[in-house]
Amino acid sequence: MKKLLLGLAATTALVSPALAELELEKDELTFGFIKLTDMAPLAVAYENGYFLDEGLFVTLEAQANWKVLLDGVIDGQLDGAHMLAGQPLAATIGYGTEAHIITPFSMDLNGNGITVSNEIWEEMKPNIPVMDDGRPQHPISAEALAPVVEKYKSEGKPFNMGMVFPVSTHNYELRYWLAAGGLHPGYYSPENVTGQIGADVFLSVTPPPQMPATLEAGTIYGYCVGEPWNQQAVFKGIGVPVITDYELWKNNPEKVFGLNAEFAEQYPNTTLAVTKALIRAAMWLDENENANRPEAVEILSRAEYVGADYEVIANSMTGTFEYEKGDKREVPDFNVFFRYNATYPFYSDAVWYLTQMRRWGQIAESKPDSWYDEVAKSVYKPEIYLEAARLLVDEGLANEADFPWDSDGYKAPTPAEDIIDGVAYDGRTPNAYLESLSIGLKGEQKIIGSDVQG
Amino acid sequence: MTTVDPEFNADAAREERRARLFTRINAADKWFQVLGLSWATPVLKAAAGDNPRAQMTEIWRLLIVPLLSICAFLLLWGTLAPKVQTSLGAVPGPAQVWEEMVSLNQDAKAKAAKRAKFEAMVEKRNQKFIDAGQPEKVKEVAFTGAPTYYQQIWTSIKTVFFGFLIATVIAVPLGIAAGLSPTANAALNPLIQIFKPVSPLAWLPIVTMIVSAVYVTNDGWFAKSFLISAITVTLCSLWPTLINTSLGVASIDKDLVNVSKVLKMNTYTKITKLVLPSALPLIFTGLRLSLGVGWMVLIAAEMLAQNPGLGKFVWDEFQNGSSSSLAKIMVAVFTIGIIGFLLDRVMYALQSLFTFTNNR
Repeated sequence: MKKLLLGLAATTALVSPALAELELEKDELTFGFIKLTDMAPLAVAYENGYFLDEGLFVTLEAQANWKVLLDGVIDGQLDGAHMLAGQPLAATIGYGTEAHIITPFSMDLNGNGITVSNEIWEEMKPNIPVMDDGRPQHPISAEALAPVVEKYKSEGKPFNMGMVFPVSTHNYELRYWLAAGGLHPGYYSPENVTGQIGADVFLSVTPPPQMPATLEAGTIYGYCVGEPWNQQAVFKGIGVPVITDYELWKNNPEKVFGLNAEFAEQYPNTTLAVTKALIRAAMWLDENENANRPEAVEILSRAEYVGADYEVIANSMTGTFEYEKGDKREVPDFNVFFRYNATYPFYSDAVWYLTQMRRWGQIAESKPDSWYDEVAKSVYKPEIYLEAARLLVDEGLANEADFPWDSDGYKAPTPAEDIIDGVAYDGRTPNAYLESLSIGLKGEQKIIGSDVQG
Repeated sequence: MTTVDPEFNADAAREERRARLFTRINAADKWFQVLGLSWATPVLKAAAGDNPRAQMTEIWRLLIVPLLSICAFLLLWGTLAPKVQTSLGAVPGPAQVWEEMVSLNQDAKAKAAKRAKFEAMVEKRNQKFIDAGQPEKVKEVAFTGAPTYYQQIWTSIKTVFFGFLIATVIAVPLGIAAGLSPTANAALNPLIQIFKPVSPLAWLPIVTMIVSAVYVTNDGWFAKSFLISAITVTLCSLWPTLINTSLGVASIDKDLVNVSKVLKMNTYTKITKLVLPSALPLIFTGLRLSLGVGWMVLIAAEMLAQNPGLGKFVWDEFQNGSSSSLAKIMVAVFTIGIIGFLLDRVMYALQSLFTFTNNR
């Protein structure tokens, strides 16, 4: 940090305002991404020339799946990537591949949905209350799914659903939704990493763009994934999104931009410049109440980025969401890139992911509240974010009022009414939060074999 | 003495010219065959005035039947494809695939324009630094945008040749050793049997891990992804060359071997003067097979690892799932097929060059 500040002081003093560029240690970078609409800040920063403005020559490369992407960042093939928030945290605490990955920039809020296949939807429908106009009433609780799962269970058929990665937001969101409706999604243990111990619903990994194809093939009955792969199911007529994560937990944190800690240490100014460009891209995406979104959708629909058809991407990116064919509703905050301090890497967001890892047994043993705080601070780097924001404000490219300068890194607790099961969340007290959740490990509990003990 | 017929000489000259022409056509025929244009011989012969009926049967067999079969294929494809409804719409017919080919070409042009713009921008930036008296900051930067379809093709071709070259360098000496010495053969045989059937998809994770661990420099000669694809190609394509070389070497005429003994040749001379020339036809057969295998393997490796090239193009399009994706994948399939065919022709041409003069 000290080195970074020193470097900064030196550069701002020496370089004339016309060339207000940081002294970059490395200027040719390769970033990875997965074909999802929430990679938009990267595409926009490239296409609108924000990277170039910082003197960065960036190549963006689509990756096959989250594992390949993570390995790329760890072994240095990629300098940084659009990542699942759980990835830097899991890598840093050594769950899965161990490596110290940090994030100075949170990429967006919301943006996911849970989709079930047409047959499951038909079976769920009778359990869902309808509105006056006959359309189903949202949000839909997993309670509507419970009888269906029960039926499959009594017939001896496993009820399979897909998520994108063991430490993905989607895994935790799907689990959250199921558990809130009384369905058990199964535990992880150090010996058994399938995550299906004691499960009512069996979750397995499928890379995001393959979700619709896997659903169509009948391998899974539903999935939780980011856009455009829920809307794609609607367009293809193979599935129905039952709930968006906005309804699950209003303005929940989504992807982050992940970097190797070594990289950030070796190239502090480069890291800062990247963060600056990404903040500008996020601002552009939300400017004038989403006025730039149609243009962003056009960029994303190019084959080298997301590549799905324009209409499919536009469905969710322009403030709407289509549940069933023809049932299109306004969800102005379906994808948030800058409003509500979306890009600030809050420690409380990191802590939520860690609580979910503990809740489902990926963190096998109980940890004190201080541990959650320490891990969050070693991965989330709001100090880099604020440095970058300060530079942008000084250059007249951002508004002072848009950034939470005095935050201690913890968001105000999420009130109970913003979360589907009515359990409030406060990142400062993770253990107390775990106690308040009905299904999941708490206190000193451990998974031994296939039993919860303690 | 006067000639009775003044035309006599001219006739003889014409006959002679015709004979020369036919010898030339016959000579060219070898090359036509190499290039896959064997139908050109009867066409030329007919044009030169050879017995049209005999040439017609040749033309029918070599040119018209293949053309008819292609037309029948296109017709069948065009009528059957729209009947298969996928969730992305009907399976594209030849017309849609052609359209996508055109659109990929236009896309390449658009990207070239973008590239020019990028280069102009870098130029401007460099000029700015020069004007500001900081010439040390001037930098040439390669274009950072997405590669065009043609660039993807070129990347794949480069990778397959690199992998194939390594395979050849390993396989030929090992093959010679196995062919010359029964002991070496006994040592190599079990390894060949076990590793030959391994799929590229199984090699890939191992190669990826090892290359990542060993090749740690970030600004070396090669990109890691390039090395990973190329080495996977090597591991899968080395076996046909190895087996054919050892077979070729083992089956050298015993008389020749005896001659070498009489002449007391040392091993090096024996290999260069005797073993290699006689084993060459079989070595080349092995190389041809190897290159074919390598090309197939490469596409699979690129798909799985998302390494740049045609395989990545196919996988990206599969993941995009847009309304034009299927047609684009079919364009790639034809490209892969045609390039595979051309690669085989190149190897066949080389083989013919080395083995025209003798029929050992």
